[in-house]
Amino acid sequence: MAEQYLPERQSPLGPEYHPGSHGNFEHGVDVILSEMRPGTILQLAAWPGEERQLIEIIGKVTGLALPDGAGGGVSSGARAAFGFAPGKFTVVDEAEGLAAAFAGAITPAIGTLTDLSHGRTAIRIAGPRAEWVMAKFFAIDFALPAFPLGAGRSTNHHDVFAQIQRTGADQFDIYVFRSFARSFWKALCHASEEVGYEVQ
Amino acid sequence: MLITCPYCGPRDVIEFTYQGDGNRQRPQPASQNLDAWNAYVYDRLNPAGDHNEIWQHSGGCRAHLRVVRNTVTHEILSTEFARGGHKTESRS
Ligand SMILES: [Zn+2]
Repeated sequence: MAEQYLPERQSPLGPEYHPGSHGNFEHGVDVILSEMRPGTILQLAAWPGEERQLIEIIGKVTGLALPDGAGGGVSSGARAAFGFAPGKFTVVDEAEGLAAAFAGAITPAIGTLTDLSHGRTAIRIAGPRAEWVMAKFFAIDFALPAFPLGAGRSTNHHDVFAQIQRTGADQFDIYVFRSFARSFWKALCHASEEVGYEVQ
Repeated sequence: MLITCPYCGPRDVIEFTYQGDGNRQRPQPASQNLDAWNAYVYDRLNPAGDHNEIWQHSGGCRAHLRVVRNTVTHEILSTEFARGGHKTESRS
């Protein structure tokens, strides 16, 4: 099997990743931060007019029923997918090797597939004050009616581009460039100090 | 100033990059019509009022947009994808 030759991935958060409770947690931990480390992060893009075809392929390969419409998305635990731009989708899997499953399905006439598994870092923020902390970073509406479960958003924090998916009523998964991940992580930890946070 | 991206919804102007005057007519690349090239490069209406502009949602979905902005009030009168084709349902 090819899997045994895959290199072991190093976390870019490295020396800044400190499991345990931090900040003002005497009265409780209000957000939990973690690095998700999914095996696969893919970017799929459809040529104009081929969007529905691509959504269908994503459904066939991943089993995820991706809703049509701007920023529509779905997460099932092990797998997640969401639209982040017109005709463009991020697809994530806990396991490695999902790119190979798409390779035959996305023909050159339909669109493209880019494997970003080593290029993005996935950070999860969860807890009752997750919306509060996120709102300090990004100028978008994090309230549930404006940012529904499963939906994706493209935005940025001080030029650090971020794709955000809501994967729970009080949980967001943030995808940032690997090269910016440690800096973003440190900022996220600082911003979470006031509410008390736990790194898992 | 908020610009409503047809894909992302209303976003702060900081997420956008101005890509220039939307009234420009680019000549065919092989064109040797110097007047047409001169107009494309230099002629601007510079109105005090409604203005056709091209913006990119560079800090978001990265789509290029056709925007009508009032240069006096900064009111955004309309936004749409600069190039058709993507029929993705808009959020706004
Ligand atoms: Zn946008």
